[in-house]
Amino acid sequence: MKSIGIRDNSVSFIVGGQAGQGITRSGSLLGKALMRGGFHVFGANDYPSVIRGSHNFYVLRASDEEIHSQADTADLLLALNKETVLLHEGEVTEGGAIIYDDRTEFVVGELKRDDVGLYPVPLSSVVEELEGAPIMRNTVALGAAIALVGFDVEIMKGVISDTFAGRTGIVELNHRAIEKGFEYAREVYGDSFSCRLKPSDESPGWIMPTGNDAIALGSIQAGCRLFAAYPMTPASPILHYLAAHDVEAGMAVIQTENEIAAFNMLVGASYAGLRAMTATSGGGFCLMVEALGLAAMTETPVVLVLGQRPGPSTGMATYSAQGDLLFAIHASQGEFPRVVVAPGDVDECFYRTMEAFNLAERYQVPAIILADKYLLESHKSTGPFDAGRVGIDRGDLVVVDEWTDAGEYLRYRITESGVSPRILPGTRGATVLANSNEHTEYGYTTVDPEKVVAMGDKRFRKLDSLREEVESLEPVRAYGAPDAAVTLVGWGSTKGPALEALKMLRRRGTEARFVQVVYMEPFPAEAVGEALRGGGRFVLLEANRTAQLGKLIRLNTGFTFEHVALKYDGRPFNPGEIAARVEEVA
Amino acid sequence: MATMRDLATPVENTWCPGCGNFGILMAMKRAIIQLGLEREEVVAITGIGCHGKVTNYIKVNGVHVIHGRVLPAATAIKLANHGLTVIGFAGDGDAYNIGMGHLSHAARRNPDITYVVHNNLIYALTTGQTSPTSERGFRTKSTPRGAFELAINPITQALASEASFVARGYAGDMHHLTELLKEAITHRGFALVDVLQPCVAWNRVNTYDFFRERVYKLEEAGHDPTDLRQAYDRAVEWEDRIPIGVFYRVERPTYRENFPVLSRGPLVRQRLDDVDISRLMKEFA
Repeated sequence: MKSIGIRDNSVSFIVGGQAGQGITRSGSLLGKALMRGGFHVFGANDYPSVIRGSHNFYVLRASDEEIHSQADTADLLLALNKETVLLHEGEVTEGGAIIYDDRTEFVVGELKRDDVGLYPVPLSSVVEELEGAPIMRNTVALGAAIALVGFDVEIMKGVISDTFAGRTGIVELNHRAIEKGFEYAREVYGDSFSCRLKPSDESPGWIMPTGNDAIALGSIQAGCRLFAAYPMTPASPILHYLAAHDVEAGMAVIQTENEIAAFNMLVGASYAGLRAMTATSGGGFCLMVEALGLAAMTETPVVLVLGQRPGPSTGMATYSAQGDLLFAIHASQGEFPRVVVAPGDVDECFYRTMEAFNLAERYQVPAIILADKYLLESHKSTGPFDAGRVGIDRGDLVVVDEWTDAGEYLRYRITESGVSPRILPGTRGATVLANSNEHTEYGYTTVDPEKVVAMGDKRFRKLDSLREEVESLEPVRAYGAPDAAVTLVGWGSTKGPALEALKMLRRRGTEARFVQVVYMEPFPAEAVGEALRGGGRFVLLEANRTAQLGKLIRLNTGFTFEHVALKYDGRPFNPGEIAARVEEVA
Repeated sequence: MATMRDLATPVENTWCPGCGNFGILMAMKRAIIQLGLEREEVVAITGIGCHGKVTNYIKVNGVHVIHGRVLPAATAIKLANHGLTVIGFAGDGDAYNIGMGHLSHAARRNPDITYVVHNNLIYALTTGQTSPTSERGFRTKSTPRGAFELAINPITQALASEASFVARGYAGDMHHLTELLKEAITHRGFALVDVLQPCVAWNRVNTYDFFRERVYKLEEAGHDPTDLRQAYDRAVEWEDRIPIGVFYRVERPTYRENFPVLSRGPLVRQRLDDVDISRLMKEFA
């Protein structure tokens, strides 16, 4: 297994075309095939572009070492229509290739690049010959791309067989389309293209989930029993996945009338004893905020996935941002402890989701998994998730048939830790009263000043141990040389491009470091403070306009950033622009 | 089997003397006792308003939620543990203003829960503003020239949403209300009981006298509760005669029958740690 790209040991593809041409599907199937051939892959989609209404593209990158994001340019452009060629030719690496339908005609001067190879392939003719649907042109293009990089066509066919298992006609037709594309490119173009992805004989047994997939799997492994949500990009795929796998997951999956209903359902389900989760984006979260406070006041554990996209309001529904960090931390009236955790890749999506369920239940607080479109919808290869790594810890949940303790069961019993043992409503000999009003230990409404203070203090005592525990959960992760001259500080999905930027800089002879803040609430001030100690320059990296993590760090540690790299056009950072910023300040 | 003493709480009742809520609370306690339910088998979910204090005054499991959100919480509690008897309480502001959207969705889901709406046709706890059931022209602090809007008719709304049990009770008729609540609780599916509740503090129009002169019992008037058309005809009566009793009743599959995972028993009784995602991960390999 060896990968040879044009700029480094990775090969990048852009698959582009109209909405409805199966762009993301094609790109991710190619990614899966390359992964089975032993390559690490990363794939991200972009839809629709603001340049033209219905243009979609998928960026795929493969390498023989782990990769964390897309590259700055594409070695191979698979253009399913003429528009794609014209829109993306500028992004093709010098010496790269463009595969397109040989029926496409360009007028003189229309193509600007003379330093890339043109590889017309009879996409339409092959589909017509096979009497297939027009969407199959992308399959022919995949076959041609595989031939150009010297990959194994049988692995690609295997992916098609598995994806369309049981639909023999579709599988056979697509196999023939791939073969035709493959054979044509091999015969006509031979080894003329310099990029190589020579597969290994054995599949490494990896998986290629998106962040959404990883969170869904994490919730299943965590024993989530009820998922209620209202569709909203970019979090809807969690609803789709869980709805399709409800029996295996052992989950009741509900599409509600709105996000208000979804979150209030979680509170009801969790009060009754279930682990429950929802997933939404900023607009939906706005509607959930009142019930978030209900969960906090009633000390009912719930887990919420907040998939950020650019706002305010509808913003850019299918693009990415990190603009809701301070909102997530402060949402809802009054003061209460909560968990906000921001995973940075698919592995963290899985394990941190399991962690979120445990923390929510052990401290009886709401937990927010803060992600974004780029993380949730991008594919990344990784080893199979380790189901046993995190485990299930339900904390002080006492499951008994009958309450036999001396004295009445008190839902909000004042304890040293602040955590009051929960029992299931329905337990004989006890009644469980949860109350959105300030309440007594039993749960009755009270305005008695002493009781009010005692109950508020009880809720906040949980924060002390929660904070301590978060500090032990690797809430801050550092990558790269510890003594590097420049340290990038970021969170969430910026992790991928930042790690790629480190690699790029190393090749150019500059060592840099990346510090990733994973827990946002309770804020791991100690760990962050430690990571920011020492000399060198610090660059804050965030996909928002107002440097929200920077504010949090300053608030909690007093540290101020002199350099920032902020991006708020809805697009993910490219490694090259981060590397350039580092070189600027170094 | 709970007794009246079992259902009592030590909390001092702060409803106004003569409030219709006393009648509803007492009828509910009698219904629970007469149905032979234990207090730990029952969950009461209350919204915001005078009615919301119910969870302080009846010793069963309870959740006092936020304004208008009784139905989603109650639906999920029943789904989580269908062994529980789930009873939602709401006010007219709760149910027909801020939480109105949930009514039709609860009706079409048909969870096996009861929804008791304390309908006093006024906002009482917030000291007298118009309610969605206040009649047009009704003068309140927020409508000094009279309410601009037409009153919502909860019964026709519920019928239009195809709720499987639609009834109206009157807080001033304890015996009738008790029987109605028992029917609603034992009905398999979503049961709405809109209860006319005189507010002695703020509503000087819809008083005990107002209702006493107008209410009549559907079951004594030859009404057929299986006939949707008849139910509509009765539901629009208000001015001179106000029907109470069951307007409409139909048997439909309940919400939980849609969830294959519930065939293994109540969700809360299912183990959390017997999941194997290795098979699911193959899809991504």
